[in-house]
Amino acid sequence: MEATMAKALNQALRDSLSADPDTLIFGEDVGALGGVFRITDGLQKEFGEERVFDTPLAESAIIGVAIGLALRGFRPIPEIQFDGFIYPAFEQIVSHVAKYRNRSGISLPITIRVPFGGNIGAVEHHSESPEAYFAHTAGLKVVAPSTPGDAYGLLRAAIADDDPVVFFEPKARYYLKAEVDPAARIPIGKACVRQAGTAVTVIGYGPTVQTALQAAKAAAEDGTSVEVIDLRSLSPLDMDAVMTSVTKTHRAVIVHEAPVFCGFGAEIAARISHDAFDLLEAPVQRVAGLNVPYPPSRFEKLYLPDVDRILEAIDTVIAYG
Amino acid sequence: MADVVEVIRAADPVRRLFAPDGTLSNEARQSLGLDPEALRDLYRWMVVIRRADQEALNLQRQGQLGLWGQFLGQEAVHVGATIALRETDWIFPSYREFGMAMCRGVDPAAMLTLFKGLTHGAWDPQRYHFAPLAIPVATQIPHAVGFAMGCRLKKTDEAVLVTFGDGATSEGDWHEAMNFAGVFRSPVVFLCQNNYWAISVPLNKQTAGSIAERAPGYGFPGIRIDGNDILAVYGAVKVAADRARSGEGPYLIEAVTYRMGAHTSSDDPTRYRLAADVDAWSAKDPIARFKTTLTAAGVLDEAADRAVIEEAEGIAREMREKLLNAPMPPAGEAVYGGVYQSPPEPFVKEREEFEASLEQP
Repeated sequence: MEATMAKALNQALRDSLSADPDTLIFGEDVGALGGVFRITDGLQKEFGEERVFDTPLAESAIIGVAIGLALRGFRPIPEIQFDGFIYPAFEQIVSHVAKYRNRSGISLPITIRVPFGGNIGAVEHHSESPEAYFAHTAGLKVVAPSTPGDAYGLLRAAIADDDPVVFFEPKARYYLKAEVDPAARIPIGKACVRQAGTAVTVIGYGPTVQTALQAAKAAAEDGTSVEVIDLRSLSPLDMDAVMTSVTKTHRAVIVHEAPVFCGFGAEIAARISHDAFDLLEAPVQRVAGLNVPYPPSRFEKLYLPDVDRILEAIDTVIAYG
Repeated sequence: MADVVEVIRAADPVRRLFAPDGTLSNEARQSLGLDPEALRDLYRWMVVIRRADQEALNLQRQGQLGLWGQFLGQEAVHVGATIALRETDWIFPSYREFGMAMCRGVDPAAMLTLFKGLTHGAWDPQRYHFAPLAIPVATQIPHAVGFAMGCRLKKTDEAVLVTFGDGATSEGDWHEAMNFAGVFRSPVVFLCQNNYWAISVPLNKQTAGSIAERAPGYGFPGIRIDGNDILAVYGAVKVAADRARSGEGPYLIEAVTYRMGAHTSSDDPTRYRLAADVDAWSAKDPIARFKTTLTAAGVLDEAADRAVIEEAEGIAREMREKLLNAPMPPAGEAVYGGVYQSPPEPFVKEREEFEASLEQP
């Protein structure tokens, strides 16, 4: 079927609720409204108020009760309404969701859904990319799809996973339409080649994959063959896929919206430099958000990685030495 | 329209057990249904956990434990609350509930391995219906509420008890959890062990108001009781848990007690409180009080008391021996083993590298 990412996520939730009576969806405005982005649209009507319910407005408790529900045998799928609102729940996620099994032997099959990223012209706190905080924490798995098909497959995989997963949804790509194959299985921890190429590897995840593909297209018009890797999972990180590509291209550019300083790209750059030091023809480049709080929306285009900045980085690694 | 607080109070079966000054009424004392053997058992548990608590402190002083947080003076809450519950009811502790865990059958020596630094989790919570310790203050309270929400969804007859100190009531998680419990009418009993101190900060600097009286603001009743009267604790928890079980929703018990010891073995209470204040609370010691009551009622005699003390000595000795002989678990398992249910490939590889590095000379 052809569907938007929003529709694919909605279908993944519906199919998970149908498949397992212990799955529960809850959060702010996920019931009658269907979520501020309508990702849970129609689910309360279909599955009832016991399985899809609104909670009081309290992010820490949303995640805290998810832990208790998981201990009682449920498979909770809490929603955090926006990236910038996840911080009250940070302690519950980092101190408990991530570490509960380590102190009890009990796994918590919780999938925390979070719309993330910018480019939607929003006010403050609605455009952030907090993924590195969570990828830094052992005990969590962290994923970010870039296409409707991956959104469906990865969400099903996350919900089925017995370990907790933080599931970042690129909100600027919710209305991107593409083919979705509900039968396709997309395992957590496996990256994919979005576009094959030979001269440069461009690595992205979530919202930046589309931007990377646009840059690759532009580069191709200039005769530069760009390979685009979509990480899909940040933790676990599929370094094999990255290394396979870099072994071929000898050049890497990493793209994410989060600030460049201590961003997820730093980990990938360090790993590539360590594992492929002798193969590299140029230092690894990072194209990322500026080291500032997410700017007012009229300035967000200057903050976000765009096609031009990616092309510039591609030129830099090709021209190096 | 009737005052909301009055409506909530009128339907409160716990309050009926207590006189207006918060003491358990004589009538209620008789109605608890505890025969002499059950009464002696409550006494026995208090003596046993106090002796084990003392032994744990000794072990810390002797360098066997990294840290110890005594619960001296709070035995009535630990025992009264735990024994009042059914074994199927879950307890969510904070970090000072060693006595409660012992009453639930958790091996005290195993529990001490946590403070010895051998493990982060020393018991199977599902076996004892006793959640892991929660060290960040108040964070366990939403877990308990979620569990209770789950009991309601599964239509079981379980109740959940979550316990915390007076300091925890200042945390956002306390408020959020109380609010969720009220909204979802969850079968949970909130048991505040108001022991007057949050490390060095006294109650009057922790809150300007009442703890118990906040409950009606969340839509359910609360009561302040004498936490050093084991029968008061037992009665309040039992009735509140039964009420929760029958679908009447949450309840807040503020059990007033006193932390006779330091916050932990790393603390020095002489810097912030007077010996005279502590002495005043010695007169209200929960074990001495209950012993007087039981002796006067002819339930406990000298020989029975001696037997209890000897049993406590034996348990403490065995705990000590077992702890001293506790083996170091293999490092790979201790460090990596608990993190994931299905460990990702890179994580497995890192563990293998770590374990291989240990084998090198």
